[in-house]
Amino acid sequence: MATVLRGEHSENRLPAMLDTIGKKGLLPISFLLLWHWITTSGRVKQILLPSPENVFLALIETLSSGELVHHLETSLVRVMEGFALAAFLGIGLGMALGLSPLLNQMAEGVIQLLRPIPPIAWLPLAILWFGIEEGSKVFIITLGAFFPIFLNVLQGIKQTNENVVEVARVFKVPWPKFILKVIVPGSMPFVVAGLRIGLGYAWMCVVAAELSGGMSGIGYMLMDSRALARTDRVLAGMLAIGAVGKSMDYLLQWFERKIIRWRRFYNGI
Amino acid sequence: MAALLQRDIGSRGAPLLCLSNVFKKYVNNGQELIALQDLSFSVFPREFVCILGPSGCGKTTLLRIIAGLEPDYQGMVTLEGEPIRGPGLERGIVFQEHRLLPWLTVNENLELVLHKSNNGDRREFIHSYVELVGLSGFEDAYPSQLSGGMAQRVAIARALINKPRLLLMDEPFGALDALTRLRMQQEILRIWTKEKTTILMVTHDIEEAVYLGDKIIVLSGRPATIKRIVEVNIPRERKRIEPQFLQVRQQLYNELMQE
Repeated sequence: MATVLRGEHSENRLPAMLDTIGKKGLLPISFLLLWHWITTSGRVKQILLPSPENVFLALIETLSSGELVHHLETSLVRVMEGFALAAFLGIGLGMALGLSPLLNQMAEGVIQLLRPIPPIAWLPLAILWFGIEEGSKVFIITLGAFFPIFLNVLQGIKQTNENVVEVARVFKVPWPKFILKVIVPGSMPFVVAGLRIGLGYAWMCVVAAELSGGMSGIGYMLMDSRALARTDRVLAGMLAIGAVGKSMDYLLQWFERKIIRWRRFYNGI
Repeated sequence: MAALLQRDIGSRGAPLLCLSNVFKKYVNNGQELIALQDLSFSVFPREFVCILGPSGCGKTTLLRIIAGLEPDYQGMVTLEGEPIRGPGLERGIVFQEHRLLPWLTVNENLELVLHKSNNGDRREFIHSYVELVGLSGFEDAYPSQLSGGMAQRVAIARALINKPRLLLMDEPFGALDALTRLRMQQEILRIWTKEKTTILMVTHDIEEAVYLGDKIIVLSGRPATIKRIVEVNIPRERKRIEPQFLQVRQQLYNELMQE
């Protein structure tokens, strides 16, 4: 009986695979076909929308010349610096304000005022303060990534289960242990969620900041290509931005599952 | 009536826990609600006392006062003559839900609450409590990997690990299935005998109270007052079908159903 079952299983594997490819690939493939049809039928000028083939060629071109990698690297280094700083500040301040109602009350007004300002609106000031290249960009990234991290950490601490806090009270768990073993792990799902959102924001901020000024980075490459009327390179750069952003999120997702082993994830209906 | 005797306080030396004239009031939308009315009773060392009463009569509130989690009440609650001010390690508590920390393993949950100065034999000490509740081999399991009964065993180990003089239990087996509940009742008797501890358990299960208690404090419904204190003089191991057992059970049943 077991062998029969195994046979059935391997027979089912290929159709199942095709099924997934079909579900996931249907939309992108039709999109590509539509794109190809629009651009090759001569209805749209190549400078407004190059064909997918040309974008692919531009991707190969910028990759083999090393330009794409160079600009991506510059942007990634900025993101890492800004994100690290934001994570440090966001987790630190989030913890402090989450644990101290007094600090929270004191800081709330300032936070509510600063939060709605889009990070990119800080750019003029940031350029004045930190110069047009690295400094201002790292500042904008830090600002962009800080708020989601900070607010999630704060939320994570506030939602700590009261029953669990009561257990700590009843058994007189000393406060360093309470913070380390109760508060921190309890808020960890929120912290990681905040880091994920923050990293996404950081990546968006670096591109925005580079589009607005400077001479390097993936955002600069887009603006430069536009100036040279190389729309294919603009699109190739955009694809790269998307791919890098998704990869970073994957990395954090993996990290999330690694450290939050005790939690069972809901996979949908 | 032979089994039901009003106890003469003081015949067993100094009580461990003493409540005198305890009142608890809640104010809800300006309306005063009395939860506990004039409760007085004593628990003696090594006694197994059950508090039996209908749901929502304030049994949990009473236990929380003794645990030190409800500072706002009137009357006197003393432990070994000392008034209770807040939670303390000489009282261990098992809640209705296990309340284990989901991100800590069995061992880590016990480690979290263990107060012991010498670090050397902490692990061994923890292990002895895991063993006491019959969970050897599950030290590294997370609460989500345990059944309800197993999780409650860990909660019992956690309540006992600091060697409290009084173990408070708030309907600890209420959420378990019938069979597991019977097994846990036997287990708690075994642990009670082995640890030589004093237990005060809240329950709404008449049979559970008769099976476990040396003394049953019967509470009436809102506001909770003491209806009577019943001494259960059935020798252990008690059988649930022996005439004496059934008689006590029937009497308690009649008493509670009068309301």
